[in-house]
Amino acid sequence: MSGIQNLSRRDFLKNTGITGAMVLGAQVVPSPLLAGARAQSTGASIQPNLFVSIAGDGMVTITCSRSEMGQGVRTGIPMILADELEADWQRVKIWQAPGDAEKYDPAGKDGQNTDGSRSTRHHLDVMRELGAAGRYVLEQAAARKWGVDPGEVYAKDHRLYHTGSGRSFDFGDVVDAAAGIEVPAGADAPKLKDPSRWKYIGRDMPVVDNYDMSTGGADFGADVTIPGMKIAVVARAPVYRGKVKSFDAAEALKVQGVEQVVEIPPLPDDKPAEFRALGGIAVIGTNTWSVLEGRRKLAIEWDDGPNTAHDSSTYDDQLRAAARDGGHVIRDRGNVDEAFAAADQVLEAEYFVPYFIHTPMEPPAAIVDANARPVKIVAATQSPNETRQYVAEALGVDKSEVECQVTLLGGGFGRKSKPDFACEAAILSQMTGSPVRVQWTREDEIRNGYYHAASAHRMKAGLDTSGKVTAWHHSGAWPSLIGLWAPAARTGHPIEYGLGLIDTPYDAVPNLRIENGEADVMIRVGWYRSVNNIQHAFAMNCFANELAAAAGRDPVEFLLELIGEAEVMDLAKDGVEDPWNYGDSVEEWPIMPKRLSNVLRVAAAKSGYGKPMPAGHGLGLACHRSFHSYVATAVHVVVRDDGSLHIPQVDMVVDCGRYVNPEGVKKQIEGAAIYGNTVARHGLISTTRGAVDQSNFHDYPVTRMNDAPLDVRVHIVEDFVHLRPCGVGEPGVPPYTPALVNAIHDATGKRIRRLPIGDQLKSA
Amino acid sequence: MVSIRINGVNRRFHGDPNMPLLWYVRDELGLTGTKFGCGMALCGACTMHVDGGAVRGCVTPVSFADGKEVTTIEGLDSEGNHPVQRAWRAHNVPQCGYCQSGQIMSAASLLNRNPDPSDDEIVAEMAGNICRCGTYQRIFAAVRTAAQEV
Ligand code: FES
Ligand code: FES
Repeated sequence: MSGIQNLSRRDFLKNTGITGAMVLGAQVVPSPLLAGARAQSTGASIQPNLFVSIAGDGMVTITCSRSEMGQGVRTGIPMILADELEADWQRVKIWQAPGDAEKYDPAGKDGQNTDGSRSTRHHLDVMRELGAAGRYVLEQAAARKWGVDPGEVYAKDHRLYHTGSGRSFDFGDVVDAAAGIEVPAGADAPKLKDPSRWKYIGRDMPVVDNYDMSTGGADFGADVTIPGMKIAVVARAPVYRGKVKSFDAAEALKVQGVEQVVEIPPLPDDKPAEFRALGGIAVIGTNTWSVLEGRRKLAIEWDDGPNTAHDSSTYDDQLRAAARDGGHVIRDRGNVDEAFAAADQVLEAEYFVPYFIHTPMEPPAAIVDANARPVKIVAATQSPNETRQYVAEALGVDKSEVECQVTLLGGGFGRKSKPDFACEAAILSQMTGSPVRVQWTREDEIRNGYYHAASAHRMKAGLDTSGKVTAWHHSGAWPSLIGLWAPAARTGHPIEYGLGLIDTPYDAVPNLRIENGEADVMIRVGWYRSVNNIQHAFAMNCFANELAAAAGRDPVEFLLELIGEAEVMDLAKDGVEDPWNYGDSVEEWPIMPKRLSNVLRVAAAKSGYGKPMPAGHGLGLACHRSFHSYVATAVHVVVRDDGSLHIPQVDMVVDCGRYVNPEGVKKQIEGAAIYGNTVARHGLISTTRGAVDQSNFHDYPVTRMNDAPLDVRVHIVEDFVHLRPCGVGEPGVPPYTPALVNAIHDATGKRIRRLPIGDQLKSA
Repeated sequence: MVSIRINGVNRRFHGDPNMPLLWYVRDELGLTGTKFGCGMALCGACTMHVDGGAVRGCVTPVSFADGKEVTTIEGLDSEGNHPVQRAWRAHNVPQCGYCQSGQIMSAASLLNRNPDPSDDEIVAEMAGNICRCGTYQRIFAAVRTAAQEV
C-alpha cells in the first residue's frame, strides 16, 4: 500500500458519502506497483480509495466497496479494519460505496466486480494498514490534547489511555485534534497489531445485517423506489438471438395499471451479447401485478434466429464427440501414449454435466433514471462499475455521467455480475422519460439467463501391475463463456482452463495430458458459483475412484498417491504458459499439492472413513483446489431400497489460508454443500429447438430442506494460518458432487457418470 | 372494494381484487419485507399470515383477505423480537437474507399451530421455503430453539 492520508476536513470528501470529523483515506495499489506508488505518495496528493471516518460522537464509518450477496463481505472486511483500529464493533457502521472502479480498483485487478471469491484476499493487508493508521492518528491526537509524549498513549476498545496518569478519552473526544496529523510511511509506518492481540480477526462474528434480515428491513434491488418510477417487465425471445417479428399490444394495454408497451431493440447482429440488453417487448405500468398481467396478454410472433439447432437431443452428443476428439493440448507432461502402450490396464470413462442456471432467490432487478444527470442506477449488482459502463453505452452517454448505487443482493452466484437487466431499465427510462424499475421473474431468469456451460469429459488412465497410475489423460469440451465477447469462439480460454482443469492436482502422475475439444456457443454461457471447477472436480475425483476400484485399492490412499506431497506444483514445467491462477501470481498463491493431501487426510479422519457401515450406507470422499483454497468433502449417504437418498452427515475440511470471520467461513461452506447438492441431484437446463425447456422451480428443482444434508460439519484447517488468505465463497461447491457420487458407489456399487443424479438410482 | 387489516392498520383497496397480496403489500403499501421469488407458490419467499396461518402471497388474491387480518414480516413483532426472529439471530441464520422473511413467517405459523413440532414436522413445513444460499441446517436449528420459547 502506498501512503495513507489524514483527510480530515478536505473538501473533496463531500461527494463520497463519508462524513465525520476525522477521515483517513488510503490508496490501494497492487504489490508490483508499490515502489512507484510510494515515490508518488511523498508528494502532496494521492487519490484515496478506501476510507474510514470517525465522527465527534465516536461513530466509526467504514467503506465497503464490494457487494454483499450473502458471503458476508460487509462484515468480514470492516472487521479487519475495526480490529486494527481498536474500535468497538458496536460503534461501527458500514457505508456501501457506489460503482467507481477508478477509485475502488485502481490497479484494474477486478474492476470492482465482486466475483471470484477474492474480496478478502485482495483487502486483508490494506484494511489492516488503514486501521493501524487510524489508531496512530487517534493516539497522536490524544497526546496533543494532553500535551504528553505520544509514546505514552495507547488505544484500546474505542478509548485512548495515557499510561502515566490513567486518564482516558473516547475516540470521539479527540477527532477535533486529528486534522493535520501525518501518517508516516515506510519504516516508520504505524505498527500492525501482533496477531495474538487480534480481537475480531479470527473470531466468530454475526453479519452486520442480521437484524434487518430478520425483520424485513433489508433493502434489495426491487425494494427501492424513486419518485415517478414506473415498473416494467420484458418479454424476451425464447431462443438466443431471436427477434420480434411482430407484436400486438392491444389486449395488454387494456389491463388496469398498464400504461405503455414498447419494443427494446434487439441486439444488433454485429454486436456480441456481453452484458447488453437482449431486446424484447416491455410492458410498463404502475405496479408489478399489472405489468405481469399485461405481459401475459401480449401476442408476439418471434423470428427464432440462428440458434434453433441448439437442441439437447443432439448437442450433448456433439459435446461428447468433441471431448473424445480433443485436439487442443493445453498441458502435457511426459508421454501419455507411450505410457498407455506400456500399461498393465488402460481404463476409459465419459462424464457429462448439463447446463445449470443460477436461481438466486432474488431475480434480477434494477432501477434507472436515464433522464437525470448524472444518470442514476440503483441495482442489485455484483459489478456496479460495469453496470455503469454498459448502461452508458446503452444510453449513448459517457460513463462519467452515470452513477450506480448498490443494494443488498438476494444471492448473486455470478448472475448479477452481468448487468443486462440494468441496460433494459436504462433503455426503457430513456424511451419513456420516467425512471423505470425492470423486474425479472423466475421464468425470465431461468429461460433468458447466462448458463453454466454443459460439458463432456473423456477420461483415460493407465495403471501398472502394482495398481499405480502411470498416465492420466483428461479431454473436455464445453461452449466457452468467452462466446459472450467472441461469438465464434470454439475452444476454451485460459480462464476456463485455470478453473480446475489445467491445474489438475495429480502431480505425482508421471505422464499427464489435458486436452480441449471444440464446441459451438449457441446460448449465453456465463459463470456460475465455482464455474468450470464443478465439472472438472466431478470428472477427475470420480474417475480416480473408478481407477482405485479397478486396481483393487483403497480410494483415499489411491487419491493421496495421485496428488503426492509436493510443496508446489509448477505448471510451467508441463508447458503451461498461462496458468491464469485466478488472476493472481503463482509466487503469492502457488498450487500446493501437500495442502490438498492434508485436507483429504483430515476429511478421512473426521468422517470416520474406514469404519464398517451398514448395508445401504456409503461414505465417499473428494477434494479440489479452487480460488486458491483446498477443500475435501466426505459425504455419508444412505441409499434406500426405492433409490431415494438420505444424507445424514457431511464433513467438509477447508484450508483457506488466513481467514477473518470463521463463522462466515462455516456458513459459506455449509451453503456450498447445499448448492452442490442441487448441482449433483437436480440441476438440469436443456433446450429444444434452441429454447430452454425449464421455467420455474417445478421443472428446475433445487435442494429444499427435505433433501438437504442438515448436519454439515465444517472443519477449518488451522495449521496454515500464516499463509495468504484464499477464496471461501466458491471452493466448497466443487468437491461435493464427486464425494456424493463416490458415496453412492460405496453404498450400491453403481457409478453415476452423468449429472444430475435425478432418478438414475430409482431405475436401478 | 376490499377491506383488510394489515399489521394492525385498516386498509381499503379499490383496485383489481385479483391482485395477489404480495404485490399489494409491496407496490401499494411499500411493505417490501415480503419478497418475490417465483410467483407460483413454489419457493415461500412471499409467505405472510392471514388470520395467523401462512399463505403464499404471490398466489393469494387480495379478495381472499377481505375482512381478515394480514400480518407481514414487518408486523410479526413491533420490536422484531418474536421468538423466531430471536432464534434466527442467535443461530446467525441469514446469508443473503432474501428468503428469510418468508422462512421466518413459515416457522412462526408452524409454531402458532404446533408449538412442539417433531423434527419431521419441521422439515415438512419448512420444505416449502427455498433458500439458495443453503441455510437449511441453521433454519432447522433455529426453529427448534424457537419452539422451546413459544
Ligand atoms: S414468490 Fe410466492 S412462493 Fe415463491
Ligand atoms: S439466505 Fe439467501 S436465499 Fe436464503
